[in-house]
Amino acid sequence: MKKLHVTIVDDDSGRSIILERALKDAGYEIVDVLSSKDNLLLHIEQRQPDVIIVDLESPNRDSLESMRIVTQHNPKPIVMFTNDSDHSMIGEAINAGVSAYVVDGFSENRIKPIMDVAIARFREFQALRSELEKTKNTLEERKLIDKAKGIVMVQRNCSENEAYNILRKLSMENNKRIAEVAEQLISITDALSN
Amino acid sequence: MSKEQNNHDQDLLEKEKLTIGFIPLTDCATLVVAKELNFFEKYGLDVTLSKEASWANIRDKLAYGVLDCAQMLATMPIDTTLGLGSWKKETVTALVLGVNGNAITISNKLYQELKHLDPHFDDQRPVTADVLKQLVEMRKSEGKEPLTFAHVFPSSTHNYFLRYWLASAGIDPDNDVTLSVIPPQQMVKNLEANIVDGFCVGEPWNQYAVQKGIGHALITSYEIWNNAPDKVLGVNKEWACSHPNTHKALIKALIEAAAWADKDENREKVAELLSREEYINVPVEIISSPLKGQYKYNADGKMESLPDFNVFQRYNAGFPWFSHIGWYLSQMIRWKDISASQDPISILKDIYWVDFYRQVVDEMGLAYPLQNSKAEGTHSGHWQSESNTGTQTMSSDLFFDKKTFDFI
Repeated sequence: MKKLHVTIVDDDSGRSIILERALKDAGYEIVDVLSSKDNLLLHIEQRQPDVIIVDLESPNRDSLESMRIVTQHNPKPIVMFTNDSDHSMIGEAINAGVSAYVVDGFSENRIKPIMDVAIARFREFQALRSELEKTKNTLEERKLIDKAKGIVMVQRNCSENEAYNILRKLSMENNKRIAEVAEQLISITDALSN
Repeated sequence: MSKEQNNHDQDLLEKEKLTIGFIPLTDCATLVVAKELNFFEKYGLDVTLSKEASWANIRDKLAYGVLDCAQMLATMPIDTTLGLGSWKKETVTALVLGVNGNAITISNKLYQELKHLDPHFDDQRPVTADVLKQLVEMRKSEGKEPLTFAHVFPSSTHNYFLRYWLASAGIDPDNDVTLSVIPPQQMVKNLEANIVDGFCVGEPWNQYAVQKGIGHALITSYEIWNNAPDKVLGVNKEWACSHPNTHKALIKALIEAAAWADKDENREKVAELLSREEYINVPVEIISSPLKGQYKYNADGKMESLPDFNVFQRYNAGFPWFSHIGWYLSQMIRWKDISASQDPISILKDIYWVDFYRQVVDEMGLAYPLQNSKAEGTHSGHWQSESNTGTQTMSSDLFFDKKTFDFI
């Protein structure tokens, strides 16, 4: 069986590296990775990949759509999903944020494992990213609270612990998170000092 | 509408929380205004606008229900209903979100070559592609690569405008030039790098290229065909059938927002809203001049007056005329994107819900056209068309080549 040539188009280099490795582990030997900075149409013309995996949020998708036109002069037409029999797979791919463009006449049982790998990796990566986002937010909130504590300490001439307790009390009374109370306090103090 | 009536309608909404997809372009204005100035809220809708990276994304996310509704190219509901690009998904629209708004812009290099052939080629507007045709022939005889022009999506209105303009000068868009697809926000970069020689795209990208001295606008879509629909509110047919009240409320909110956005005194505010990071994220001065009817074709030229460059509501712009969409259909058949054996009338009737529009507008106490089609290319200025309230003022519908289009 002919080796499958997969091209990945993704501006998130972290994710594309993981995806590339996963596809190689799964036995797909030829894997090219591109970002939207590369000339996609030229690449496809020269490398003639069998499958293109693309981030759903890539603006390049519209260029890939135009392959239908390009293919009139190209022996290897590339369209999105040769037939629409497997709707659930497409739906799942869209929800995971991944889309695929495959060579016309390509059997679905050969694209399915690639898509499975891609969908799984996209999901994993998204989970990782939202975890990271959460950590980042927590860090920022901590900075706000520290700053607010400093203000309270100066104003009330109290210890750090007491300042924190004051903030916590405010947060409970107002039914707000401590970080929100801290942010409000900082902006009020800023406004007053101006 | 009385407050009571308004509340009554809201009780019947099948869905209140909606996600609407849009592409960051000047003519997403109606959606942005409806969101930012609470027109959606007035009709009981809690709308999230979702900025999408591509038209393909809009199509796919709408088809799979990730989006409830979306800003679509006027031709896209035909594309999705017939399954031209991928799978088939019956899509309908009952509202045009804006007419006009595009232009054809070429690189400085190509402009200089055309000037060299004929220094007066762009003295008179609308500019034809006649001198471009000369250049194309010269390049052919010299064995040079064909020129490349970009548009934004295979079945885009931009594709058909570009083809119509080129073909009117005898340039075969399939063989004499190369047409490619580039996302709107990457157009200017590609023009600057001479990867493409010209493009047809919506604003603000033509004005961006002109005002930054990267390109020259040759002709606007308004000049190619006055007041042609460009974006519509697309929904899945099954969604439209199961959410009639939500669909109506949405259209009412958008018609009110469009009327607000059409007022001269509000255009600066529209530009300011659009320039924000969450929308187009381009400096307000680039977005605002076409919105105020001022258009710059050349960086060193003066502003020219194009009062109808962006129309959102006046002249009943929201009405999906069969003759408007019929012209696009005729172009899709001409360039073999759809087969000539398909009956255009039956395609249009299922997709462009003129009667639904009339029903909504009637409930709002506004005028709507009684006819489904008009004789395109025959009105050179304001004229009166028959409406439910008597007559209403319509505007010109001329083609730049003086052709006419009669659809039934």
